Amino acid sequence: MGDAVDQVFVLLKHWLLGFCPGSLQPLASILLSIIPILLTFPLLFAVTTILERKGLGRIQNRYGPNRVGPCGLFQPVADGLKMIIKEDIVPRAADKVVHFLAPLALIGPVFLAFSVLPFGRNMAAIDLDAGLLFFFAVGAGSELAVFMAGWSSRNKYSLLGAMRAIAQMVSYEVPLILSSVTVVMLVGSLSPIKIVEAQSGYIAGLPQWHIFSPWGLAGFILFMIAAAAEANRTPFDIPEGESEIIAGYLVEYSGFKFALFFLGEYLGLFAICGLGITLFLGGWNAPFAFLQWIPSYAWFFAKLLALIFLFIWMRGTLPRLRMDQLMGFAWRFVLPMTLLNIPVAAAWHYSRAWEFPAADACRWAMCLAILAFAYVRLGRGLKQGRKYGKRIYRFAD
Amino acid sequence: METGFLIIAGITAVGAIAAMSLRNLVHCALCLTVAFAGLAALYLRLGAQFVGFAQILVYIGAVAILIVFAILLTRSNETESEAGRGRGKWSSLASVGVAFLVFSVLSISVLSGSMANRTAQDLPDISVKEIGLQLMTGYVLPLEVIALLLTAALIGAVLIAMPEKSAANGDAQTRVAHRSPTEAGEKLNDL
Repeated sequence: MGDAVDQVFVLLKHWLLGFCPGSLQPLASILLSIIPILLTFPLLFAVTTILERKGLGRIQNRYGPNRVGPCGLFQPVADGLKMIIKEDIVPRAADKVVHFLAPLALIGPVFLAFSVLPFGRNMAAIDLDAGLLFFFAVGAGSELAVFMAGWSSRNKYSLLGAMRAIAQMVSYEVPLILSSVTVVMLVGSLSPIKIVEAQSGYIAGLPQWHIFSPWGLAGFILFMIAAAAEANRTPFDIPEGESEIIAGYLVEYSGFKFALFFLGEYLGLFAICGLGITLFLGGWNAPFAFLQWIPSYAWFFAKLLALIFLFIWMRGTLPRLRMDQLMGFAWRFVLPMTLLNIPVAAAWHYSRAWEFPAADACRWAMCLAILAFAYVRLGRGLKQGRKYGKRIYRFAD
Repeated sequence: METGFLIIAGITAVGAIAAMSLRNLVHCALCLTVAFAGLAALYLRLGAQFVGFAQILVYIGAVAILIVFAILLTRSNETESEAGRGRGKWSSLASVGVAFLVFSVLSISVLSGSMANRTAQDLPDISVKEIGLQLMTGYVLPLEVIALLLTAALIGAVLIAMPEKSAANGDAQTRVAHRSPTEAGEKLNDL
């Protein structure tokens, strides 16, 4: 019974495939894998917008949307209708073709990224041997879309926003990939499905997720920092910085194209959270053995919503960083920490053979000590020789 | 010739031709990206997953971005490129000649090598793990040489980007001191 509930979507797909004539089955199988992704995540986007506005309202001591439907729950519908019936304005000086293509170039790769994530047991759209590489490869496409949007608008704020976005995404892509390398190293595979399988199983009732190891904990924190920067979320939202450059590369977009950008940004956030869950939080595995009766996809989406909540919380709490702080943080702190995390993971792997009593405690202490030492030293090194005095602004000259 | 191959090859060739012939430099860069993507698709069609994805990651994710960055940072406000037009037909004839020579040398070496006689059956199913093992054992020397070369290029780029202390006047120096300790990232901080 529990198994049937767990596999209900897989069984449903097979049942539907049974109605197809043999020659159409490959095509139908592909469609049946794609359509749920195309439906689920935009729906989750609608839910997230209302969650975010409500949550931010709560953090900022106000109500948030509460007019449309019960408790304002139909706000996304109203937003969507408004976006669709709005006039689509293209600036006269804009490069029309590139301006039109930019939202599409953003949305396409983002949807592709979902195809390698395992949402549940046997629930990945494609099982690629190099799945993780595929994820990062399609993620790289979104940078170009942002550039296209910023450049084609012929607006200085758009262009500044695009340049900021690209500089930030290129800088944080390195720590993002390097923090995932530890997982690939210890699992010995680039396939997300194998990575999740490596985290299944329980020792003394505790899960074997990667986050429950020193390198995994450090890796997860570094991964989430880089993920926030990749998804342009506060405190790394300087590409959009409303108070400085209006809305960055989104300035000249209106109506449905703006909605597509908005959707693309949130889908990127979901995808990168999904990757974080797959790499460090055990994917669709239940946290405790006795909770395994809850279906695997429910665990995946519960973890996804928890991470989304974390991002909303961060957005409501932290102020925006400055460009030089952002770059300095990426190259002088996050990057060395991710590099150090790789030998720590190797030490953790090879100290598995230790036999003496309390070996586990020793391993934990050793790895944590290395990471904590580096954390303190790097933090002090960053502070050294820097005056946190009044900043002198130089205006355009 | 299969239809899939023809479509991908057509897109790649059109992208490459557009990248050469369009007048707007940014358009050229974007068309070049199309050509890169077409090449990646060709690799994937051949079953070379790793090479295909690495092509997307490196060329679309990094090289194309660097090209547009370079265009935007070096050209001030004009985007239409007039340079290089009407330079006389001799230079264009010479470039066609060079391109033809390179292409013929490449095709002769490929066709006369062992690649031409290979049949579809003896294509091994190579996993990413296999590639990694080979890179770390049999091909470790080329890998290290490339790594050294890239490091040298990186250091050279940083050296060029660093402002010369003696040449810079006092005003520029105080400006740098007030703004950011990363001289190389100075351009980025302006954004």
